[in-house]
Amino acid sequence: MPRAVRIKDHWREQRLFSNRTLIALITAAVLICGVMGRLFYLQVIKHSYYSELSQGNRVRLEPMPPDRGLIYDRMGAVLAENTPAYELELTPEQVPDVADTLRRLADLGLIDPDQVPSLERVIRTGRKFSPVPLRLSLSETDIATFSVRQYAFPGVEIQTRLARWYPFGESAVHALGYVGIISEDDLKRIDRDEYGGSALIGKSGLESAYETELHGAAGQQQVVVNAQGRHVDRLGGVPIHLENKPPRGGNDLILGIDMRIQRIAETALAGRRGAVVALDPNTGNIVALVSTPTYDPNKFTRGISTKEYVALRDDLDKPLFDRALRGTYPPGSTIKPFMGLAGLEYDAIDPTAVRNCHGGFTLPGSSHVYRDWKKEGHGTVDMRHAIATSCDVYFYGLAEVLGIEHIHTALSELGFGKLTGIDISGERPGLVPSPAWKQQAYKQAWYPGETVIVGIGQGYLLTTPLQLAHAAGIIATRGKNYRPRLVTAIRDAVTRQVKPLPPVEDPALTLKDPTHWDVILEGMERVMEPGGTGAASARGAPYRMAGKSGTAQVFNIGQNQKYEAGRVSERLRDHALFIVFAPAEAPTLAVAVLVENGGHGGSAAAPIARRVLDAYLLGKYDETGPAPVEAVADPQER
Amino acid sequence: MLAGLHPNSPTRRTLSASAQLLRRFHLDGPLLGLLATVITFGLFVLYSATGENIGQWLSQLERLLLALLTLVLLAQVPPPWLRRISPILYGVGVVLLLLVAVHGSVGKGAQRWLDLRLFRFQPSEIMKLAVPMMCAWYVHERPLPPSLRDVLVLMVIILVPAVLIAKQPDLGTALLVASAGLLVVFLAGLSTAVIIAGALGIAAAVPIAWHFMRDYQRNRVLTFLDPSQDPLGAGYHSIQSQIALGSGGLFGKGWTHGSQAQLEFLPERSTDFIFAVIGEELGLVIQFVLLLLYLAIVARSLYLSVGAQNTYARLVCGSFALTFFVYAFVNTGMVSGILPVVGVPLPLISYGGTAMVTLLASFGILMSLHRHRQLVGA
Repeated sequence: MPRAVRIKDHWREQRLFSNRTLIALITAAVLICGVMGRLFYLQVIKHSYYSELSQGNRVRLEPMPPDRGLIYDRMGAVLAENTPAYELELTPEQVPDVADTLRRLADLGLIDPDQVPSLERVIRTGRKFSPVPLRLSLSETDIATFSVRQYAFPGVEIQTRLARWYPFGESAVHALGYVGIISEDDLKRIDRDEYGGSALIGKSGLESAYETELHGAAGQQQVVVNAQGRHVDRLGGVPIHLENKPPRGGNDLILGIDMRIQRIAETALAGRRGAVVALDPNTGNIVALVSTPTYDPNKFTRGISTKEYVALRDDLDKPLFDRALRGTYPPGSTIKPFMGLAGLEYDAIDPTAVRNCHGGFTLPGSSHVYRDWKKEGHGTVDMRHAIATSCDVYFYGLAEVLGIEHIHTALSELGFGKLTGIDISGERPGLVPSPAWKQQAYKQAWYPGETVIVGIGQGYLLTTPLQLAHAAGIIATRGKNYRPRLVTAIRDAVTRQVKPLPPVEDPALTLKDPTHWDVILEGMERVMEPGGTGAASARGAPYRMAGKSGTAQVFNIGQNQKYEAGRVSERLRDHALFIVFAPAEAPTLAVAVLVENGGHGGSAAAPIARRVLDAYLLGKYDETGPAPVEAVADPQER
Repeated sequence: MLAGLHPNSPTRRTLSASAQLLRRFHLDGPLLGLLATVITFGLFVLYSATGENIGQWLSQLERLLLALLTLVLLAQVPPPWLRRISPILYGVGVVLLLLVAVHGSVGKGAQRWLDLRLFRFQPSEIMKLAVPMMCAWYVHERPLPPSLRDVLVLMVIILVPAVLIAKQPDLGTALLVASAGLLVVFLAGLSTAVIIAGALGIAAAVPIAWHFMRDYQRNRVLTFLDPSQDPLGAGYHSIQSQIALGSGGLFGKGWTHGSQAQLEFLPERSTDFIFAVIGEELGLVIQFVLLLLYLAIVARSLYLSVGAQNTYARLVCGSFALTFFVYAFVNTGMVSGILPVVGVPLPLISYGGTAMVTLLASFGILMSLHRHRQLVGA
């Protein structure tokens, strides 16, 4: 079969090509229409859906930490403020190997090696995207050390944050407390949304007790992030406008403390272990709350090293210990006015009845002699005289007649043996003994001899300096019972309005016979008059005082030995105590002073109380102590 | 057509100086105008899509000038000459592809580039021109429509380079090269029956192709079928691109104001996904205008190809015109999510020099083949 030879037909080919071209063009147009249809679907029909997705892509909510409230004294001096500090922070999700990063930072000396395990735990329990502070305050050297190596530490950054600063340093630290890095335990208690972006939380004192007032509430900030999660503030050429819910700053605290008086008391106690509590008995407002030795809270807010902390904790003088609230001491003779009041109320004794003091007291049927501090005795004394000269024999006898049960009831009513309810935590109740208590604690019966020594504030009886000042205030106001407090007013962060807090009045102490007050008050006034145990400290005062000295035994001496201060080691010497209020006719300040191992209350403690009263009543601020200090990046560099 | 007028006709005399200049350089005015419009628009978009990176913008401008120069130069080449070098170009291209397969430097994880010391060079780009030219060269002397045997030979001509390119792996370019060749076969008048048979054959080949695909290629197909399967991985491109388009709406968020593009949620924003930037920042209306411009370029090119002198010229011109359309369609289809993600740039707009040069080169050849016809015919 001959093969058909096909000949090129140009016209036919041209037509064929034109046809195909037309088909192709129509197909192209149809396909383009398909794309257009799809675009129409995406951009018109589903426009709002995709708009939302796009918005969600770029806008992220970030917490804005609030500014912590400030703390002022009664004169408006700032006691706690916020100052910028360079903080080292780690964002967990950006760190490839947390353990390794922390180890290398510790090797560089940027973080305390001892804190690595606890930091690791905090990082593990926290949110992956919220930064964890590693160190609160970097020195310039630290910043330089880190900056040149930053490339080796992805996810670790230096941030400027507000850190807490206490301009008065060591002053009033036991009242103020301090803030520190939010710990694992803190994380369990707090609402994490409220603390978004915050690194610090109150750890003790007012900072802890008023945490909710001081902290405020975190706000929220809309931030625009790019695909890598990095913040951007411009979109193309224009700045971005975003909505923020600003944080609500913490409220400010206004204290009853007068820093001038606080520092006079601190200076007077300098070098000693002791406490001073000064309060206004008509309101409970605390004017000075001193415990020495003290420490610098700024070390805590800027990240204290474990070594420094251990040094403070193990210091024999216990600077961290708040003696004013937590120190329980035998009140010694300062208990006598209260004992006298109990005797009068329970009709155990007539105020004018006299007792003969030969320098010793024995219980019937016992050979044990309870000695008076004055070996030769006070002679014939009534109650006023017994208080003024601090006759032990008189109160041995009174206690015996009164009985431990009545003593327990009366002292409890005066606030001993229980918490005063001051507005910071950590207070100790002390102890007012009773047979029931002894049975429970020691499984032993109460011995009559134990009642006798309670009469002069020894034995099981334990009180805190705060309780003494509070109880002195009750006598000063003839029974008014205001709860001691540090914070007298709160300034609202938003309105800036100062809202005074009304004093908290506990049930007043009413006597069967109000003239009993006069007996005790007169006795206490006579303490400060010539012949009284506190007379030396009252010399030259243009106002009248009512007080009582006390000397509490730390060391039990043998029956026939004489206590000689020089012969017992310093730490076994008697504690010196003093309570006082003035002006006697209308008291506005009650003061309790304790000097550990200070010896005689009248000579070691009373002069301190006098300086506090002079300052408060006469405005005598013989300037003492260091002035407030400006915050610096690193306390060590100061 | 104007060239066909009598030298003294009134129309002829009213021709402007610029039209005469165009004619003298064998350039087609309307097509050049359309191309210039799209290119200018592209530069405008690119400034925003690069995140206002003036350096990138200038380097694109530089390549653009090079590409335009290529267009003008190629338009001067006489068509018979083009036809004669077609098999040489094709042969050299295949050899270079083999060289790349053996020695090619690795760029972006794929062997595509040949380092010629002076410049790095992608042989697969040559094939975008060489394959359709070779196909047309083969068909030129033979009667149309092509016989079955011719079709088989053409398939070999097409598939050898296409497979080599796909192996690099560069699916997008392989697709464009293959379609350029296949379009020649289609325009040559391949019978409808064979087309249908071919389509069925491809459908049957899908499972086989699947077997030979690399993992990332399979992922792309799977992701195309359901992007939400892996929103942060393989589906990310597709999802972010649709968010960009959808949030743009009718009129867009404004030039340089697209959050998806400016904040880099949109990947490859200045290259393969630049169409999403246009949608996000300038809106649907502008996109429609752009698509119509593309269609106009295709239509004008096809019109020119119909008027070309001989089979070779017609087929090459037609193939180039339709390949340009394939670019536009595959890219916009991929960006809008109706096609899987393949590496095909938006023609004349996407950042990147090679594609721009190849595209304008193809238009240069197209103009040469059309404009020289009266000389060839003479």
